[in-house]
Amino acid sequence: MNPANYLILAGLLFTIGAVGVLLRRNAIVVFMCIELMLNAANLTLVTFSRINGTLDGQIIAFFVMVVAAAEVVIGLAIILTIFRTRRSASVDDVNLLKY
Amino acid sequence: MSATASAIAGQDALAQHILAQSTQGTIDVPAIQYSALSPIIIVFGVALAGVLIDAFAPAKARRGIQPLLAAAGFAAAFVAVVLLHTRRQVLAAGSLAIDGPTLFMEGAILAFALLAVLLVAERRLDSSGGAIVASAAITPGSPGATAQRSSAGVQTEVYPLMAFSVAGMLLFVSSNTLLIMFVALEILSLPLYLLAGLARRRRLLSQEAAMKYFLLGSFSSAFFIYGLAFIYGYAGSVNLGRIADAAGMVGANDTYLYLGMALLGVGLFFKIGAAPFHSWTPDVYQGAPTPITAFMAAGTKVAAFGALLRVFYVSFGGLRWDWRPMVWIIAILTMVVGAVLALTQRDIKRMLAYSAVAHAGFLLTGLAAANSDGLSGSLFYLVAYGFTTIAAFGLVTMVRTGDGEASDLSQWQGLGRRSPVLAGIFAFLLLALAGIPLTSGFTGKFAVFQAAVAGDATPLVVVALITSAIAAFFYVRVIVLMFFQEPGADGPIIVTRPTLTYAAVGIGAIMTLLLGVAPQPLLELAGTAATSGFVR
Repeated sequence: MNPANYLILAGLLFTIGAVGVLLRRNAIVVFMCIELMLNAANLTLVTFSRINGTLDGQIIAFFVMVVAAAEVVIGLAIILTIFRTRRSASVDDVNLLKY
Repeated sequence: MSATASAIAGQDALAQHILAQSTQGTIDVPAIQYSALSPIIIVFGVALAGVLIDAFAPAKARRGIQPLLAAAGFAAAFVAVVLLHTRRQVLAAGSLAIDGPTLFMEGAILAFALLAVLLVAERRLDSSGGAIVASAAITPGSPGATAQRSSAGVQTEVYPLMAFSVAGMLLFVSSNTLLIMFVALEILSLPLYLLAGLARRRRLLSQEAAMKYFLLGSFSSAFFIYGLAFIYGYAGSVNLGRIADAAGMVGANDTYLYLGMALLGVGLFFKIGAAPFHSWTPDVYQGAPTPITAFMAAGTKVAAFGALLRVFYVSFGGLRWDWRPMVWIIAILTMVVGAVLALTQRDIKRMLAYSAVAHAGFLLTGLAAANSDGLSGSLFYLVAYGFTTIAAFGLVTMVRTGDGEASDLSQWQGLGRRSPVLAGIFAFLLLALAGIPLTSGFTGKFAVFQAAVAGDATPLVVVALITSAIAAFFYVRVIVLMFFQEPGADGPIIVTRPTLTYAAVGIGAIMTLLLGVAPQPLLELAGTAATSGFVR
């Protein structure tokens, strides 16, 4: 199969993720959309690794996974504290800071 | 199907490469020059030691140990940077670069971190505990929340978190591959997301700032990594020098290159707070504990600009005719948005945040100049701006009412009558931010604008001058408010003798004055750093 197809798939996933971040209201779902974007980047990296014939892309993908895991720890902690305060994880409810 | 054919050929080469390595049975381990990495290693060591102390030392002891350890670590790392000042080399198999601009920015970041530690460690300002919350886990509004406001406890994790963030910043400015840059970006950002949520007063705002910063920050780093993937696809490597080599060749797929450059740009412009990626800046600056805001405003700006300058000068230096128009547009947008929106602000921290956005725009004129003078001008500007902004935010922590900082501008009315010295210093700092002569702000602006004119960016400089004039209006408005209006009934309380804050504000203000009156030594230092340029 032509590896360029995987790039298109990754592009679609990235777009779905980015649109999700902008449209979805639940902080957890927004966060999952960001993870989707990171995974789209990983797919792109692995595809390019195959196209270029170098291993770097695959190794970078491992780094991205580790970073994404660290991000989950921080992110869920922040979302959890907000949820405990407000009983809601909606990003529309956190609206004290504006203008 | 040439793509498939090349992919198959690539697979063969890959298999042969792996085979060759497995028959040899050894992989060459790159030599690492630890001495050249000592600033980064020291700060990481301090951060890890801080985590251990937090786990094992009793609460009272660690309130004393942690700030001392952090300050000593930053100071030691600063000394290491000074000792390294002549080093110019690429390290660790090409992943890190130690050169003039890197060392200059590392020094600046460490100096700002030291001042920020003084502000964070201040405990005389809020009845007993300082600006950092006693326990971040207590839910605002619950019975424990009112008690913790006056408790002497402090969430001492703030110091190791700051140290991790500083280590990330040092790594960010010295990274020579996009991968290390991405990892460093996360090391510097993740602790900052948490730090933004640790304010003692106004917990809801602080938590909200943390969440906004986190969601938008990770959104932008997703763009960065996707850009990295395209650059890797184009150049076959994420090494900045190799990308530059690949960008000079004809025939490869340029779409990947431009796509990658744009996406990387989004990630980096977000971090410096350039419009249209600035929307997090005012919210986070306002909600975060003020000492942390000071740290972020100065440190992150230096680190992010360092990475931005390195990527655009080293990797995309040959493509400057392609990226300059884009940088022009972003610079103009950033200056206009920052200056105009600052006019309408009623909150002092928010106003300073929009001023930070405007300053990011002025700094971008140095990037748009795309020459050695632009680089040295930006370096000088970053240091000048950092000292001024730390002093300004430090001063904001001292002007208080019964329930925390007097953040609303109306509460600053008549500060000049109640505390002329404080108001005088703040007025001086505002004039420096506006760029009035005899302050560091003027010298910095002059350096970048001059470089931009030399680099054929005169229209940009004209816009910068106009927006500087607009910006001067809202700085002067605050000065008028402080000196020429009667103090209101709910006027500010000036706290007596917060020694550490005095020290930080004093150093910041003195540096602002010195760099305005006698800027030559630092200008020369920045010039030397810039002319030796980035190693690759």
